Amino acid sequence: MINKTVLHRFGLCRFSIMRLEASDLSIERGGRILFARVSFAIEAGASLTVTGPNGAGKSSLLRALAGLLPLRQGRIQWLPSSDERLAEKAHYIGHSDALKGSLTAVENVNLWAAMLGAGSIALSAQAALATLGLAHVADLPAAYLSAGQKRRVALARLLVAERPVWLLDEPSTALDLASLTLCQKIMASHLGKGGMIIAATHAPLGLGGAELRLNAPA
Amino acid sequence: MKPEHVTQKSIGPSPLCALFLRELRIGRRIGGGASLGVVFFLILVTLTPFAIGPDQALLARIAPAILWLAGLLATLLGLDRLFQSDHEDGSLDLFSMSDMPLELIVLIKCVAHWILTGLPLVAAAPLFGLMLGLSANQLGAVTLSLLAGTPALTLVGAIGAALTVSLRRGGLLLAILILPLCVPVLIFGVSAAANDAMVGFKTPFLILCALTLAALAGAPIAAAAALRQMME
Repeated sequence: MINKTVLHRFGLCRFSIMRLEASDLSIERGGRILFARVSFAIEAGASLTVTGPNGAGKSSLLRALAGLLPLRQGRIQWLPSSDERLAEKAHYIGHSDALKGSLTAVENVNLWAAMLGAGSIALSAQAALATLGLAHVADLPAAYLSAGQKRRVALARLLVAERPVWLLDEPSTALDLASLTLCQKIMASHLGKGGMIIAATHAPLGLGGAELRLNAPA
Repeated sequence: MKPEHVTQKSIGPSPLCALFLRELRIGRRIGGGASLGVVFFLILVTLTPFAIGPDQALLARIAPAILWLAGLLATLLGLDRLFQSDHEDGSLDLFSMSDMPLELIVLIKCVAHWILTGLPLVAAAPLFGLMLGLSANQLGAVTLSLLAGTPALTLVGAIGAALTVSLRRGGLLLAILILPLCVPVLIFGVSAAANDAMVGFKTPFLILCALTLAALAGAPIAAAAALRQMME
């Protein structure tokens, strides 16, 4: 048991992705090209903020990186290169929170811990919810939670399963000021451990890092 | 508060096991799933004598067909939500990002769905058979044939559920897509259930088992492919 803990402790800080490169990306939705020839690169421990007006393709870019949308053109590579899909190394927080209303917050988080954690759990669901200030509603069915609380339960996914790349689509939606600070702390801690964050946002998240501005399609 | 990533890392439960338990929990908690299908089955079976008239001999003769048709319709019930609810709340996106193959996830969901809807039908079949005046010999045949055949219905239905995943009113389209594909299962299911002197029980029952095994092998692959197409 002790050995296992020590091993995990050493393995922890070394996320397997050192550099992520996307070149010449273009995405088509419904016969219309959203954007073309978008390139960026991020190193471990860095973040990229994707900004732009509504409809510029911020969400589509994140979905494409998560493997949920096909690319029309371009390629995504990472170092050290491997055969795995980027989707299996990334967390995706989309517009919907992926919660089942009839399950409690803990049960919801537990499922994603098992499904996304590849056999190991970084932080127990209870502890992750406590970190996000939700300990008191952990055993309530998710249907009874407010929009901001649901969002925080969704964010708890990031803590229970360890994945190097975080793809966050408007992570601050519905969060109050205190939760936003908490969310920023969690993101900073992920970057501090050598993770990467790509976030699409309208409100400033205070991540620092580079900015990728997408323009509305003509 | 700092997340204590380091100290609490431990081996979690198997992803498939967690998914299976989640499906069962959701099915039981919504308070429909299992019981609703059986009640629907019961209503169909009790309606038949009203429609056909109280002719005991006739009822007993067509009882296997009635039970099978009722089973088929009860299986269709709720199948349209198999992937749709996960599609709507974004869970399906996350499933495709896990390191489990989507085919396996589809299979687990089908197994859980069958346990919630198909298995109660099988358990209730002897009772409903009695109501239609089946002999003891045929009661066993009907129950066994439903046990062997309903998984195939669920699995084939999963393909339709995957194809209609992004449609709001996919239920009717699902039925239209799936019912023709269920014809072979229905033919051999009823023929095994009838257990008459000419065909016997064994041959149609074995063909029924073969159909279920074929569906078990093929349907998850087809449904996963359909899901990948429909998800974007």
